[in-house]
Amino acid sequence: MTATTSPAPAGTDPGGPPESAGSRPPRRSLRGPRRAGRPVERGASRVFRWTATGAGALILVVLAAVAVFLVVKAMPALTASSGELVDSVSFMRNSSSLADYVGPLVFGTVLAAVLALVLAVPVAIAIALFISHYAPRRLASGLGYVVDLLAAVPSVVYGLWGAMVLAPLVQPLWSWLGSTLGWIPLFGGTVSPTGRVILTVGVVLAVMILPIITAVSREVFLQTPRLYEEAALALGATRWEMIRMTVLPFGRSGVVSAAMLGLGRALGETMAVLMILSQGFLYSFLLLAAGQQQTIAANIAAQFPEASDMGMSVLIATGLALFVITLVVNMSARAIVARRKDFSGAN
Amino acid sequence: MAQRIDVKDLNIYYGDFRAVADVEMSVEPRSVTAFIGPSGCGKSTFLRTLNRMHEVIPGARVEGRVEIDGVDLYAPDVDPVAVRRQIGMVFQRPNPFPTMSIADNVLAGVRLNNRRISKGDAQDLVEQSLRGANLWNEVKDRLDRPGSGLSGGQQQRLCIARAIAVKPQVLLMDEPCSALDPISTLAIEDLISELKADYTIVIVTHNMQQAARVSDRTAFFNLAGQGQPGKLVEVDDTSVIFSAPREQATEDYISGRFG
Repeated sequence: MTATTSPAPAGTDPGGPPESAGSRPPRRSLRGPRRAGRPVERGASRVFRWTATGAGALILVVLAAVAVFLVVKAMPALTASSGELVDSVSFMRNSSSLADYVGPLVFGTVLAAVLALVLAVPVAIAIALFISHYAPRRLASGLGYVVDLLAAVPSVVYGLWGAMVLAPLVQPLWSWLGSTLGWIPLFGGTVSPTGRVILTVGVVLAVMILPIITAVSREVFLQTPRLYEEAALALGATRWEMIRMTVLPFGRSGVVSAAMLGLGRALGETMAVLMILSQGFLYSFLLLAAGQQQTIAANIAAQFPEASDMGMSVLIATGLALFVITLVVNMSARAIVARRKDFSGAN
Repeated sequence: MAQRIDVKDLNIYYGDFRAVADVEMSVEPRSVTAFIGPSGCGKSTFLRTLNRMHEVIPGARVEGRVEIDGVDLYAPDVDPVAVRRQIGMVFQRPNPFPTMSIADNVLAGVRLNNRRISKGDAQDLVEQSLRGANLWNEVKDRLDRPGSGLSGGQQQRLCIARAIAVKPQVLLMDEPCSALDPISTLAIEDLISELKADYTIVIVTHNMQQAARVSDRTAFFNLAGQGQPGKLVEVDDTSVIFSAPREQATEDYISGRFG
C-alpha cells in the first residue's frame, strides 16, 4: 500500500480548524500526513503490538518445541521392532508391542479423566450458578474465595489425602455399590478392600479440577447480559427458568471451555494418581476393582527412575500419546462450541 | 383481555432512597397511556412496578397498591411470576434471545406457561403473533434463524410479538423506540395504534411528539431536584396536556423551556 494523499505542508492544512492550524503541529490534525496513507504506529502502540505478537508467537514456538522434543526422543521406540523393545525394556515384559503397551495406558488416562469430568462438571456448574445467581452477595464472594483456594492445594497433598483419608473412607460405599449395583458392568468384579481404585482417583481428580471449572463458569455466568435476564423475567420466568433460558445458553461455550481446561488437568495429573491408584494394564471398565488401570502420566513417573535409554524412549512415546489426546480433546471442544456459533449470543 | 390499572398511594424505593413518591393514577383499558418527563424522574421505575419488575433489582421495594381490575399486585399472596405472565413488557433496547430462533423467541413466553403445545398450534401462534407485530412478511422465510440477525426495528417488533404471544392483559413499553431509526419508530407507533384495540398499553417515552401521536392519555412526571423523589405532576387526556395543561411545570416541559 502506498500513500494516496500527499502530505499537506505545515500551516496550510485545510482540514484543521482555523484556530488550531497555527498553534498545533499539523500532524496532530485528523487529515494531516500521519493519517494520509497507512497509519504509522509509534511509541507505546508499537511496543504493545510487538509484545502481543511476540507472546502469540512464543506460545506456538513452545508448543512446537514440545512436539519436536517428544517426537525426536520417542523415535527410537517408534522405530524399534517389537521383539527388540520387549527384550530391552524391563517394564514391557508383559506387552507384545509398543501399541500393546500404550493402548491400556491411553485407555486408563481417558477413563480417569472422563470420570473426573463427569463427577466435577455438574457440581461445578451448580456451585457457579449458586455463586452467580442465588447466593447473597457476601456469601457469594466468600464461597468463591474458598473454591479458588482448592486450586492452590498442591497435587501431592491431594494424593496423600486421597490415599490415606478418602480411600478408606469411601471403601464401604464402594462395597455397597458393588453389592447392590454389581449387575451394572462398571461396578462389577471384586471390590478392592483398600479403596485404591480408579473411581477414587476420579473423585480426587474431580476435586482438583472443580475450582478451575467453577471459577471460569462463574465468570461466564456473571457475564450474561442483564438485558436478556430481564427479558426472561418479564415473560414470567422463575429464576430457574430464567437461568435455563438465558444464563446457560449464553454460558454454554464458556462452560465447555472450562470443562476442557479441567479435562486437560485431569489427563495430565500425575502425583495424585500415582499415590492412590493400585495399577494394572488392562482395558477394564471395572471402576471398583484393584489392579485394572493406569494413566500415562502416573506411569511415566513410576517407571522413569529405573528406565534404560530405550525404556525412556518408550515412556516419551506414551507422553507423545498424551500430547495427541490433549490436542484432539481441545480441537473437538472447539468444534462443539463452533457448531452453534450463530446462536451463541456473540453476534 | 384488556384491564384497567389503578395505582394508589405508591412509593418506590431503591434501598433507603425514595425514587418516586405518592403516585395516584388510573389507566383505562384499551387505551394508550404515555409517561413523559425529564430523565431520572422515575417514569421507567414506575412502569417497572406495574409488573413487579422493579423488585428484581437488589434492595428495590415498593409501598402502596397497584390494582389490576381490583386485584392488588402487591398483596402477600400474589406471585410476581404470575403477575409478569399477565403483563407483558417491551424494553428500551431490543432483546430477543440470541440463543433462540425467531420462532422460539415468539414461543418463549408460551412455553413457560404451558409446556405442551402441539406443533400445529405453535406454528399458528408464531404466525399470528408475528402478524400482530407486523413482522410476519419480513421473517416468514427464516423463522429458524437467530433473532439477533434482524435489524434493530425488526428485533423490537419481535420482542412485541413475543410479549403479545402470551395474550397479556396489559402491555408495558419502556422507551421502545429510543434505539430505533425514524422508519422503524413509525412502524412501532403504527403497531401501538393497532394493538390498543386489544390491550391496555402503557408507554414511557422521551419523545413528546411520540406521546402526542400515539397516546390517549399522558402522565407528566417531574422531580424537584437532585436527590428528591420523582412525582406525578398531572395526568389527563393527551390533547389537554399538550394544549392546556393545568400545571405550569407541564407547560414548561412540553413547550421545551426545560427538561
